[in-house]
Formats: sequence, C-alpha cells, structure tokens
Amino acid sequence: MKRIFTTIFIGFLGLNLTACSFMKSKSEVKTTSPAPLKTAAVQPPSNTVTLLGAGSTFGYPLYSKMFQAYYKKRGVKVNYEPIGSGGGQRQLFNKTVDFGASDVYLTSAQMKKTKDSILNMPTCMGAVAVTYNLPGNPVLKFTPQILAGIFLGTIKKWNNPAIEKVNKGIHLPDLPIMTVHRTDGSGDTGIFTSYLAKVSASWKKKVGHGLAVSWPNGLGAKGNAGVAGLIEKTPGSIGYITLIYALQNHMSYGLVMNSHKEFIKPTLKSISLAGNVKLPPDTRILVTNSNVPGAYPISGFTWLLFYKNQKYQGRTKQRAKELVKLLWWMLHKGQKFTKPMDYAPLPPKAVKLDEKILKSVTFGVKPLLK
Amino acid sequence: MESSYLLRLAKDRIFFALIVFFASLTILPLLFILFYILKNGLTVISWRFLTTLPKPAGEPGGGISNAIVGTALLVLTAGLLSIPFGILVGIYLSENPNGLMARWVRVSNRILQGVPSIVAGIIAYVWIVKTSGGFSVFSGGIALGMLMIPIVVQSTEETLKLVPGALKEASLALGASYTSTILKVIVPTGLSGIVTGILLGVSRVIGETAPLLFTVFGNPFMSYRLFKPANALPLLIFNYALSPYHSWQDLAWGASVVLIGLVMTLNLISKFLVAKWKVRS
Amino acid sequence: MKTDSLFRFILFLSGALLLVLLGAVFLTLFFSSIPSIKSFGFLFVFGKDWNPISKEFGALPFLIGTFLTSTAALLFSLPFSLAISILLGEYLSNPFFSAVFKSVIELLAGIPSVIYGFWGLFVLVPVVRWLELKIHVLPYGVGIFTASLVLSIMIIPYSAFLAIEILKLVPPEIKEAAYSLGATRYEVVKKVALPYSYSGIFGGILLAYGRALGETMAVTMVIGNSDFLPKSLFSPGNTIASVIANEFTEAAGRLHLSSLIELGLILFVLTAVTNILGDLIVKKMSFQES
Repeated sequence: MKRIFTTIFIGFLGLNLTACSFMKSKSEVKTTSPAPLKTAAVQPPSNTVTLLGAGSTFGYPLYSKMFQAYYKKRGVKVNYEPIGSGGGQRQLFNKTVDFGASDVYLTSAQMKKTKDSILNMPTCMGAVAVTYNLPGNPVLKFTPQILAGIFLGTIKKWNNPAIEKVNKGIHLPDLPIMTVHRTDGSGDTGIFTSYLAKVSASWKKKVGHGLAVSWPNGLGAKGNAGVAGLIEKTPGSIGYITLIYALQNHMSYGLVMNSHKEFIKPTLKSISLAGNVKLPPDTRILVTNSNVPGAYPISGFTWLLFYKNQKYQGRTKQRAKELVKLLWWMLHKGQKFTKPMDYAPLPPKAVKLDEKILKSVTFGVKPLLK
Repeated sequence: MESSYLLRLAKDRIFFALIVFFASLTILPLLFILFYILKNGLTVISWRFLTTLPKPAGEPGGGISNAIVGTALLVLTAGLLSIPFGILVGIYLSENPNGLMARWVRVSNRILQGVPSIVAGIIAYVWIVKTSGGFSVFSGGIALGMLMIPIVVQSTEETLKLVPGALKEASLALGASYTSTILKVIVPTGLSGIVTGILLGVSRVIGETAPLLFTVFGNPFMSYRLFKPANALPLLIFNYALSPYHSWQDLAWGASVVLIGLVMTLNLISKFLVAKWKVRS
Repeated sequence: MKTDSLFRFILFLSGALLLVLLGAVFLTLFFSSIPSIKSFGFLFVFGKDWNPISKEFGALPFLIGTFLTSTAALLFSLPFSLAISILLGEYLSNPFFSAVFKSVIELLAGIPSVIYGFWGLFVLVPVVRWLELKIHVLPYGVGIFTASLVLSIMIIPYSAFLAIEILKLVPPEIKEAAYSLGATRYEVVKKVALPYSYSGIFGGILLAYGRALGETMAVTMVIGNSDFLPKSLFSPGNTIASVIANEFTEAAGRLHLSSLIELGLILFVLTAVTNILGDLIVKKMSFQES
C-alpha cells in the first residue's frame, strides 16, 4: 500500500512539473510576443527565490507597487498578503513568513516572548483617515470628543449638536451614525485607538488601545479594503482607513483637530510633520497626537519585522541575502513610490537608523551587509 | 352535504394554489440569483481575463489565471489524498455491512461529512501549516481532501451495495481470488457510481472558501508549487468581493461565473455517467 | 491467498484509519483549546465579552448569533422547501417537469457559498437596508437578519431534497386507500402523507439545521461581524463560523487563537450531534416503512 501511495504521489509530482513547464513556456511566449523589441525589459532576470511577507493592510497598496517594481527589476517575487498587522506579527512569530509588516511596533513584552531577537524597521509614514458615507460628500471637521463620542456610541446621529457646532454651514442629515471597524488585528486600529486613548479619558477607560479591541457598537469588516467597501455600501456609516484607500475610491474624509487645536487634513505634509520628532534608536515610537504644529494627529510609521539572525529553520543564505537586499532597496530607491500614493517618505534620520538596523542583521554570526 | 363537498374541493384548490405560489416564489428568486451573477460576470470574461494575473489594488484590468491554476492544483491534491482512501473505505463498508467496526466507521464517516468546512481549515492549519512552517497548496489540499473523503466513501459504499451478490459468487466460483473479484469485477461494475461520487465530491470542494483562508493563503503571482502559497478561485472571489475597488469586484463576478460553470459541468458529466453506466441489477 | 488476506487487511486498515482520522480531528481541536479551557473553563460558553485587550474571551455572543441565524433561516425556508417537496412529491407526476424542477434545485444547491454571499452583499443588503429604514431600526443593511435570509435561500434546495425523499417513503397503498375513500389531494397530504412523515421531516429539519450551523462564507460576508451580544434580529453579529473566519489568521495572542479553536470544537460537537440525531430519526422512519 505504501508503495502504491508513493507511486501515486511521485506521479502526481511529475504531472505537476510537466504542467508547470508547459505553462511556463506558454507564458513566456505571451510576454514576449506583444513587445518583441523590449524583451529584455519585459523579461525579469531569473531568480528562483520567492520571499513571503504578510501583515499590514495599511502599507499594502504601497508594498504591492514596490514589489511589482522590484520583481521587474531584480526578478525576485515577493508574495505579500494583507492579512492585518496582528496577523503579520503572529506569522512572524510562527516563522511562516520571511517578514511581517505592522503599523504598530512590537512591544517589549512581545519581543521578550521569543528567544530570537526581532528587528523593527519603519518603511514609510501614513495617515489613518476618518471616512464616512454621507449624502453630498461634505468635508467635515472632527474634534477628539466627537470621534470618541461616535465610536463609544454616545453620539448617535449625524445632526448631533456637538458635530453641528464645529461644522457650521454644512447641512447634516438626521441619519443614524453607524461605525465600521476592523475585525482583524490591525495597525490602523492600533493607531486609531492609541489616538483616541490619548485624547479621551473615557475611551481609555472603557475600550483602551491595541491591534484589536472590544468595540462597543457598529459593524466589523476585514482589512482596509473590507472597511472601505462596507462604508461605500452603507449610507450614514463612518470608519477609519488608511488614506490611500479613501483617495483611490474617492471617499470623503474629515479634518481632525490636533493638539494645537488646528483642524488638519491628512496630506503628505501634515503626515511628515507628525514624524518630525526625536526617534529612539530602535525606531519604536507612536506619533499619534503629535505635538508638532500642523501635524495630522492620526499618523504613524509602518514597520517591517524580521529576525535579527536570519539563520533559522533551514533557510538558505541566498534567501536571507535577498531579503536584506530587498529591504535596503525599499529604504532607498523604493522610497520614490511613497509620494505618488500619499504616503510620506521616511525622514532622513529614520533612513539612517534603518541602515544601521539592517547592517546588524546576521546569518549565523556573520553580518549580511557590510 | 353538497356544500361541504364544495368546501372540501375549494380547500383543495386553495392548497394547490398556495403550494404552487410558494414553490414558484422559491424557484424564481433562485433563478434570479443565477441570472444576476451571469449578467455581471459574463461581460468580464475574455481570453485575457482567463490568462493574465490580477493587477495591484485599484488598477483596472487584470485576470484570474493564477486562481484557476491554484484551484486545479488544490483539487488534484485533494483528489489524490481522498479518492484512493475513500474508495478503499467504501469497499470495506460494503464488504462488511454489519460488523461492529463497520458500524463505527459508518458513523464516523457521517460525522466527518458534517464537519463544517471552517473546522477542516483549522485542522489543516494545526497539522500542516504550523508544523511545516508555511502556508501551502498542500495544506489547503488536505483540508479539502478531508471534506471529500466522506462523499467518496458514501457513494462507493452505496454503489457497491447495488452490485448483485450473484456476480461476486460467480466470480469466486470460477476460481478468481477475492482480491481480483473485488478489483476486477465488483469495482468496475460500480465504476459509474464511484466516479459520480468523486465528481460530486470535487464539485463540493471546488467552491469551498473557508478552509482556504488559513491554508493556501493567497498569492498575487502565478505559482505551480505544491508547498508554496497560491491563489484559488473562491478565495479570490471572497477577497475581491469585499474590496471597494470596482475593477476587483468585476474580477470577482467573472470568477464566480467560471466557478459556477465548473460546478455545473461536473454535475452534468456525473448525470451523463449515471444515465450511461447504470449498475444493472 | 496471501494477497487476499493482505487485501482484506488493507481494507480493514483503511476503515480503521477513518476512525483514527475522526479521533485525530477531535483530539487536535481539544488539545489546541486547552489554554482557553484552562483559563475560562465552563464559563467560556456564558462569557459575554470577547476582548483581545483584556484577554477575556466568552463565546456567548457567537453562540447566540449562530442559533439566531440558523433558527431564523430554518423558519424562513420551511414553508418554501415544504411547498416544493409537496409539489414535486404529490402533484407533479409529469416526469419531465419534475426532472426540470429537480435539476434547477440541484444547480442552485451547487452554487458555492461564497457566491451566495457575494450576491447577498450586492442585492439583498440594499433591500434589507430599505426595509430597516421603513421600520425605523438602524439601517445597517448587513446583520443577523440578512445572514438568515441568505442562509435560508441556501438551505432551501437541501431541505427540499430531504423532504422529497422522506415523502417518497410514505407507502402508496395508504395514500391510494385514502383516495379511494374520496379524499381530495389536500386531505391526503394533510391527513395521510404529512402525519406519516412528521418524524422524518423533523429529522430532515435537524439535518438542514446542522448544515446551517456550520455555514461560513455567505454568513461572514453579510452578518456585520460584531463581537458584542446581538440586541435584536436586525443587529449586526457574528456566528461561531464567521468569527473564526474573521479572526483566525490575524489573532495575535495565544489565548485568542486557542479560544477560536475552542469555538471550532464547540461547532464540531454541535454539528456532529445534530447530524447524528437527524440521521437516527430519518433512519427510524425508513425502517418503519420497510
């Protein structure tokens, strides 16, 4: 019986391989035929390593752009799945991925849980926008009290006097407010709730902050895409998503009051300003409710997480090298993709810190970068 | 007397009308669902759609080739894991209809048949993903295979039960060994039923999404590797249906039509087989 | 002869392996739930909070969500599936018609869950939102009610098939006897066929219920995915299956993951018990008949 199964299995693998080579040759023909002159450019350099990453949906639109460009240039495929920051952290702990991505750095308690040390490397900055679905798509202003009230469920209607007071001249409908939150462990949730916890004592007491919290009301949806999709389909709803998702889908998003009582729109500039603070050497800092004038208060860095010693679970040195090369590229040439997608590039001092962090990555005892 | 008869007749008519009303009220919306999906999906489908990869978030165009390949790999893996095993168990049950052990096996099979697909996903995650340290087509195949086994077992047992006992006795009387009687006489006689069961099993698991969420993981690129993550049709539908991007929603409608087409084809083939090679008893 | 005994052994081994497989499934779920069982014990099923920050996990919202959606779905679908089965079983004697009807139902039973969810999200949700605005409840559109609707549409084909099979078991002699006494069709259905098959239909209902309990994707897409106790039928909620689908890959902590697996264990036991009970009842009826 064992033999039968082995034969079947080997047969299957064989089939798999022939199917594979057949399909490959077909796809090669396809890519070359439309632009025969540009074959060299179209055909990426061959490389067998596929790196696997997972986590943040905050960074996903940017990363998918970056990784596509990187594949065209270096032929290294990066399969990145946007499963949420909490998922990115867990999959890294489980060693099922080469790198995790999270919009909230690992806490010291989390880092202590594994015996292998993990590095946090920020890749860019972004904003969590407060988006809503209202007739006429007005641009609204939100104070911290309004946001906390809405998500705690104490402000129930759009024409609540508190909202009307700061939004004079805008017609607010007599519509119930429905909140939408993330169901997956999410960095957006982390950033958003850390902001609410900083500005509202009752939020801090009743809900707290973290990648996933116990929401007192409202709907849940998976990933930034899921929240954006649900808000789009639900008139009267409000939620928080990464800025790029609101822009790509032409959704309205509001101005939020910062610690200097200014109403700030999330833009490249206001996000960058939020990061204009002194960074700790390990880059682990939350910049929500920043005290820099002009800064958008719900901004944050987003990090990639990976092991300091890349020699684990039989990984090859080549794989580790490709990972470090990719990360180095993301810090430098990759940064040019940030601005067109409304992420803020890393401030120069963060790049310096990142370089240092990358240089500390080893394979066994030897550093991978000189 | 006369009036009570009329009353009874009227009741009968009203009842009939009600039955027809409810039944058509069911069938029509159900057909509407199908129509709606086809309407949205058929316009998307083209050769390009079937042969190219999905585009990054928010960019128009793109196709579902990686999901088609991934689904094919998943079904192959699930089939190889479940079909031989399922047939063997089915033969065992039909050969030992009343044994104590067979009864337990039958009950277990019934329980397995009712295992919610999401639970199969958890099992495959704990068994394969966690231990092998990675998401893979293989782990998804295990989950789907687990859902397919009971269907294959049941259809094999039921078909083989229909094979007349005289056939077996005749074969044994002619001096054929037990093994060759089963494998060369009984199983070929019931082949159509077994194949039908397999096709039904495939058509059930091909659209399963829940167990894939934490096993095959998804992959925006093409991948033919058994031990690497891949995309799959139902997974793509789920992810893209919930997204706000209209281009992705279109891909999901198109993929839905492809998936329904596959399920329908499998059902038609199995119907045809049933009609053609009925077990003659 | 040697090959024969080997072959018999292989058959036996396969049967045994199936038992082992089921045992392994149960044990896997059980052992992976131990951290959660240790922390919460029996209180797990009564806990109202599902809070990843304070690391308190209670299953009550999801148990209630599961029972609410499945029961509502069953109630919605019952008149329809019974109507179809009576129409096909008692009225439509034309084989062509009933074949067409049956193929349509089969086709609908074959549509994957995720596609029903997709359709529900785009077609049913706006309709429900309109209804909710009319009756002045929060117009979420998605929620337990919507999930029940989608679920009921999905189980109609399944329960209709079961009911047809069960009505078939009614011996034709007693029906004919009733007809010869001058009974109308309605009277035969009401006084002969249905009473004869009550228990069987109840078994069939249980089987359909078992199916509804574990249904995941369509429900996940339209139920609203909220972890708090549902306040009404129109409130957003979560079922056991949908909360696993939503949080399993992302669950950050060990206890969170283990609690999700314990939910899976509960679901596994629930569906197994429902299915076995349903089977027993249906079988008892077919034995009576034969």
